[in-house]
Amino acid sequence: MKKSVPRISSLLSGDEALAQGAYEAGVKIAASYPGTPATEIMEYMAGFDEVDCQWSVNEKVAYEVAYSGAVAGVRTLFSAKHVGLNVAMDSIMTSAYTGINAGFVVVTCDEPGLHSSQNEQDNRLLARIAKLPLLEPSSPSEAKELVIKAFEISEKFDTPVILRLTTRIAHTKENVVLGKRREPQNKHYHPCFEKYVMVPKNAGARHIELEERLVRLKRYSEVSRLNSVEMGDRKTGFIAAGVSYLYAKEMYPNASFLKLGMSYPFPEEKIRDFVKKVRTVHVIEELEPFIEEQCKIAGIKIRTKDPSFRTGELRPEYIPLIVSGKKKNVPSKPSRKPVLCPGCSHRPLFWILNKLKLNVAGDIGCYTLGASAPLSALHTCLCMGSGDTILEGFTKVLGRNVVGVIGDSTFVHSGITGLINLAYNKTNAVLIILDNSTTGMTGSQPHPATGITIKGEKTKKLILEDVCKAAGADNVDVIDPFRIKDLEALIKKRIGEDKLSVIISRYPCRLVDRRKNAAPIFVQDKCKKCGLCLKIDCPSVMKQTDGYVSIDRTTCVGCNLCVDVCPFGAIIKND
Amino acid sequence: MIERTTDILFCGTGGQGILKASEICAVAAMLSGFHSKKTEVHGMAQRGGSVESHVRYGKKVFSPLTLPGGVDFLVPLDLSESEKMSRELKKTGKNLVEYLKISGELLENGFFLNTFMVGALSKYLSLSEKNWVKAVRQVFDGKHLDANIEVFMKGRDAVI
Ligand SMILES: Cc1ncc(C[n+]2csc(CCOP(=O)(O)OP(=O)(O)O)c2C)c(N)n1
Repeated sequence: MKKSVPRISSLLSGDEALAQGAYEAGVKIAASYPGTPATEIMEYMAGFDEVDCQWSVNEKVAYEVAYSGAVAGVRTLFSAKHVGLNVAMDSIMTSAYTGINAGFVVVTCDEPGLHSSQNEQDNRLLARIAKLPLLEPSSPSEAKELVIKAFEISEKFDTPVILRLTTRIAHTKENVVLGKRREPQNKHYHPCFEKYVMVPKNAGARHIELEERLVRLKRYSEVSRLNSVEMGDRKTGFIAAGVSYLYAKEMYPNASFLKLGMSYPFPEEKIRDFVKKVRTVHVIEELEPFIEEQCKIAGIKIRTKDPSFRTGELRPEYIPLIVSGKKKNVPSKPSRKPVLCPGCSHRPLFWILNKLKLNVAGDIGCYTLGASAPLSALHTCLCMGSGDTILEGFTKVLGRNVVGVIGDSTFVHSGITGLINLAYNKTNAVLIILDNSTTGMTGSQPHPATGITIKGEKTKKLILEDVCKAAGADNVDVIDPFRIKDLEALIKKRIGEDKLSVIISRYPCRLVDRRKNAAPIFVQDKCKKCGLCLKIDCPSVMKQTDGYVSIDRTTCVGCNLCVDVCPFGAIIKND
Repeated sequence: MIERTTDILFCGTGGQGILKASEICAVAAMLSGFHSKKTEVHGMAQRGGSVESHVRYGKKVFSPLTLPGGVDFLVPLDLSESEKMSRELKKTGKNLVEYLKISGELLENGFFLNTFMVGALSKYLSLSEKNWVKAVRQVFDGKHLDANIEVFMKGRDAVI
């Protein structure tokens, strides 16, 4: 007898709905490293007792933990922001050869418009390189449906399945109907030399199997309801996937649509058939011409966007421009410059680096904000884990007036290898770890050096000092960055030595430890309007129209950095 | 033809509670039986950047983003953002900036401005007071719930 399940709707984001769907599909292991816009998938997942989930050290580790769980016989999920897949790419490529055992879903959250990213790569292309099937939901409720489907496809074809969200889906909320968890039986694991040991002979054979699997997947893509036709007006038709489909539907509700929920392998015949039935067919897609190129290879006649639409986020109002073959010509909206929070422990460090006029090899995190004027004390940002490797190249060429900076979470993610490399290759340099004891940029997630897990439990704590020493640092100093005189003296001393030094600048993030001190007091009589206190770029120190400053008591946390930088004693501590 | 949606745009800067405000609105619409979508546009919001949040609800909603010149209600939490965003409104659209301007007199220390503005908005939409209050309860955890309900009603009552 069928039990009636109450249909409970919740307003969920694409990330949350995806995690909910994976939960309902019986996922048992889930692993990720934080990254916008994917972070909330694992944060939501952490609420389920049935799922063993984790923040891994980095995406490669996360991928392998999830992959191996699936090989061993349970449903697993990996999620990351788009660039996270680059870190995991080595494992992704070969996991396509071995296949899996129980279902394994690989979630990528791409970021067209780079709201909070270092690039806007289109990971649909990675699916093609890795030869893995690709599903693309267009909304949160579809993310839930498709992740369940992805587990089925994964098991049916013995392959990891990539599920791609973009920021606009990951961070949109809508009504999502919640269902019950289904507990699938674990699959039996048995060792198989030919399948899981990718030595050349086996890998060669598995490559043949992979190509055959792709043919089977293509057949599936041709008939699957994931790729669906909605016939409307036969004069105008659209082929689209993901949120692009919704934008086209918004602007041309009466047109005909071929909506691709599975965009790789490419359902060529279905598309050919659709194009035959409609007079003019437009491909609407964000970023790369992924569908466009596959249509062209297949000799299918479609209208495509002007290449100027290959950058930035798509918006509904662009669709008519694309349809009429126009170039993208939209004025960029002025937007506020983000700044370090009041009391942020990164600020005193950048203040000193600016004062010392050093070349600063940087990395990614909140501290990248130290790059913008007036602090202007961070000069590179490439990818995570590059603070200490760029330090090495810079030191070789520019000499010793260089330091590297890297965040604590970033150091653990992929900076440790760079430090070992500095030591091994006899480079004397100064690396500063900005240790605010959290992953600040992505919203305060714990990491190994915090000693806390994703579920908030205590665990073994990685001691950064010990790691640095073991990696080969000659000196490891720990300092409170708000002691700016000591900090300045220490940096000068270490730069002057022929040693490999690590300075751990340690003070907790203000969004984690919210304790406040009283805001300092501005003494107008002593102020000479020199503007030095404004150069620390603190949102709580505000310039008045008369040239004096005021301290905003509601946002100030009383770090007193402005007190310390004022040469005239015009800002005094309030204790 | 598809049925019209109601489109609302919240704007301000990071840390003002824009996302909570728009969430209340989207939940109230969902509780009233509508298909409801909410999406935000921000770059590093926590660090003081600009934030927009779009809410659209109706029988069926496609695009999560509102269209320029298609917004029915603009709910600003910051004066300069209000000026910048007012061109997003329909000709017949309504900018609720007047309630932002009087909020100073009505709110102690500007606390819960976001909830106040949602209160004002609620008077303009045909969703029941019961669903609004339920939505406020869903979005705020226990801590400041009572204070927020009170401020919500203040905002609601500010609309004559
Ligand atoms: C490969 C990759 N994964 C994740 C991210 C997202 N991300 C950017 S910086 C960062 C870590 C920030 O933490 P931390 O280094 O401690 O610096 P903080 O922000 O706390 O100053 C993360 C997770 C990324 N840009 N690239």
